[in-house]
Amino acid sequence: MSQTSSTEEKLDHLKHYFVDSDQQFEASKLGMWVFLVTEILFFGGLFVAYIVYRAWYPELFLLASEELDAFWGMVNTFVLIGSSLTVAMAIRSAQLNQIRGLIINLWITIGLAITFMVIKYFEYSEKFAKGIVPGSAYSYEGVAHEKANIFFSIYYMMTGLHGLHVIIGIGLMIWLVIKAKKKVFHSGYYTPVEITGLYWHLVDVIWIFLFPLLYLID
Amino acid sequence: MATNDSTTNVKRLQVRRYKPEENPETHYLNQEKGLWAWLTTVDHKKIGLMYLGAIAFFFFVGGVLALLLRTELLTPARSFMDADVYNQVFTLHGAIMIFFFLIPAGPAVLGNFILPLQLGAKDVAFPRLNLASFYIYVIGAVFTLVAIFTGGVDTGWTFYTPYSATTGGNVMAMTFGVFILGFSSILTGMNFIVTIHKMRAPGITWNKLPLNMWALYATSIIQILATPVLAITLLLLTMERALGIGIFDPALGGDPVLYQHFFWFYSHPAVYIMIVPGFGVISEVISTFSRKIIFGYWAIALSSLAIAFIGFLVWGHHMFTAGQSSLANMVFSFLTFLVGIPTGIKIFNWLATMYKGSIDMKTPMLYAMVFLFLFTLGGFTGIMLGALSVDIHLHDTYYVVAHFHYVMMGGMVMAFLAGLHYWWPKIFGKMYSEFWAKISLGLLFIGFNMTFLPQFVMGAQGMPRRYFNYIDQFQSFHQFSTIGAYVMGVAFVIMAGYMLHSLMKGKPASANPWGSRALEWQTSSPPDLHNFHHTPVVINGPYDYHKPMSEFQLGIATSHNGHGHHDHETVNVPKTEKEQA
Repeated sequence: MSQTSSTEEKLDHLKHYFVDSDQQFEASKLGMWVFLVTEILFFGGLFVAYIVYRAWYPELFLLASEELDAFWGMVNTFVLIGSSLTVAMAIRSAQLNQIRGLIINLWITIGLAITFMVIKYFEYSEKFAKGIVPGSAYSYEGVAHEKANIFFSIYYMMTGLHGLHVIIGIGLMIWLVIKAKKKVFHSGYYTPVEITGLYWHLVDVIWIFLFPLLYLID
Repeated sequence: MATNDSTTNVKRLQVRRYKPEENPETHYLNQEKGLWAWLTTVDHKKIGLMYLGAIAFFFFVGGVLALLLRTELLTPARSFMDADVYNQVFTLHGAIMIFFFLIPAGPAVLGNFILPLQLGAKDVAFPRLNLASFYIYVIGAVFTLVAIFTGGVDTGWTFYTPYSATTGGNVMAMTFGVFILGFSSILTGMNFIVTIHKMRAPGITWNKLPLNMWALYATSIIQILATPVLAITLLLLTMERALGIGIFDPALGGDPVLYQHFFWFYSHPAVYIMIVPGFGVISEVISTFSRKIIFGYWAIALSSLAIAFIGFLVWGHHMFTAGQSSLANMVFSFLTFLVGIPTGIKIFNWLATMYKGSIDMKTPMLYAMVFLFLFTLGGFTGIMLGALSVDIHLHDTYYVVAHFHYVMMGGMVMAFLAGLHYWWPKIFGKMYSEFWAKISLGLLFIGFNMTFLPQFVMGAQGMPRRYFNYIDQFQSFHQFSTIGAYVMGVAFVIMAGYMLHSLMKGKPASANPWGSRALEWQTSSPPDLHNFHHTPVVINGPYDYHKPMSEFQLGIATSHNGHGHHDHETVNVPKTEKEQA
């Protein structure tokens, strides 16, 4: 950041209550990290519910997990890991002042995120058709366990909240593209790209935990 | 920070003395005009004031509800409201006082106003998120009001399943309101952590941080770690009611005790969100009015963090009778005792600070005294409740109610009022009537003890909490308690009276009416919109009363007032010298 001398540096982005760009950048980044901690605890509650119920009904989890399609789960895993790569490349483009590269990488990331959601949509609708729905309307007979609904409640809560985070991420990146086209970002100021990238990596990491815990345990 | 001189990282500053301006013409209250400017302000001081208005409203509502409850309890049978109404009223009293008053009172009101001033910053790190947190709070409050007027809630403030998943009324709107409220608390905590880390004025190292900052730092850590768990818990509860997902409902194969674990994993640390900012206020007040350096700075600072840490490990003590394993009970009981240690460290350090100090019994100091007395009683009875065998007898009795009110009202509310009276001249630039403040405080102290001391006795004799009816032997205790509640009501009316009088016709306050050394007093009262007319520089600790005042009024010497984009302020020493020449 301190490569550019202060006379050349564009300072439109600098808020008046910060001393300099570095302070503003570091504050924003720390803020995002703190927010990510709250996200981990938010999902942590669901992971605890998962652990508790799996400890009580281990056979239920093995049986019910067979209803999930590990192939499409794996495809989605690669889609999300790929999008983490492109978002990292977007940050690198911004650092190198390559605004066109930044925009292209953001578009690829958005495309991958939408791919993830489309695959998720087909997975959900296939289950809904069978009667595997969250809550008391559950009517599927294919899992030979009286508490099968609980596994799928946890499944829908975890993947649903994760999906909501993916949708929020798509919105954030569209906003970044709009700002990038307005030439807001340059090598001296790319804080929103950086912290959205951090957020996106977290969304990716949560899926990396969800995938084996839900799809691969059978 | 960037430096133009690549050979050294040492930053050289031109420093000069700035005396705070007395009774300034323009300050943060009149620099931006109009209602719209208030509603859209990103100034931490104004946001703190808006929070103050909101929590004062909810404190009034919650207080009226409490008086209704106490009035109903004058007689053993029905006095004037039905049992169903009674259940709704005590639920609302608890939920409003906890979620809408106690939790925001420390961080969002006093913290918001004081934190950037004590750090010498112009604002918090994310002013727009700060404003967002206020509106999120308002939206959460609207949902709660909707819940009240569309069927009410009778679950108690804890929303225990399975009752909360099956009872009538509008539990969903209420829990959703509290869910939303959680985000406002998270944003405040996030803002404070980043501000304390990144925006301290030159010279404020971690060992020169006022203890109020350490307390708010510990509080913020609890806020960001605990509140998300409440959010997910209430989301699951909402889903339970909406869809019947079966995680907490035994009828669907779920486990209601799991709800209690989730709920108390937040709600026990949450009581520290409420009380720890109070500890910070007490440290400031006691040192200022004893005119003496604080005793055991690091002990007080670190004990706040220790309380935050241990507070996460004791939630099971709310569930001693809920069917936990006896091993878990023993571990939670032991850990609960541990909380007493850092709390005791604080109490002893405050007493040691007062020892041989020149104590000035102004209103804030009297509040601090009341706090020490009542909070210690509340703390000791907490140890009693943490003891396993005693708790089996006292669980869910008025003893618990009395303990909770001693720590929360005797502790936090007294500390909050100490802080409000302490910073009142800074916030509004006006003094209040010491005479009426002391009358009100005396009545409050008498009324408080009349209300809650009998409840210890009642509880020990077996009066269960939350009951609409009771047997005749408890009537005299209940009546005594109710009269005490009325006395407190009178005290609060007097308080509202002299505070309004102070706002209208109060004598103007000087910049530093208490002679404090802390940074927030080294600017005018009320402060400028940007807090200081200069970037403050700190060379002494905030409690160094043995050093002359002139050493506390330092700032970076620059030709402008230190606002706007001022990259040259970082180091450019030659330029500054040229400007001065």
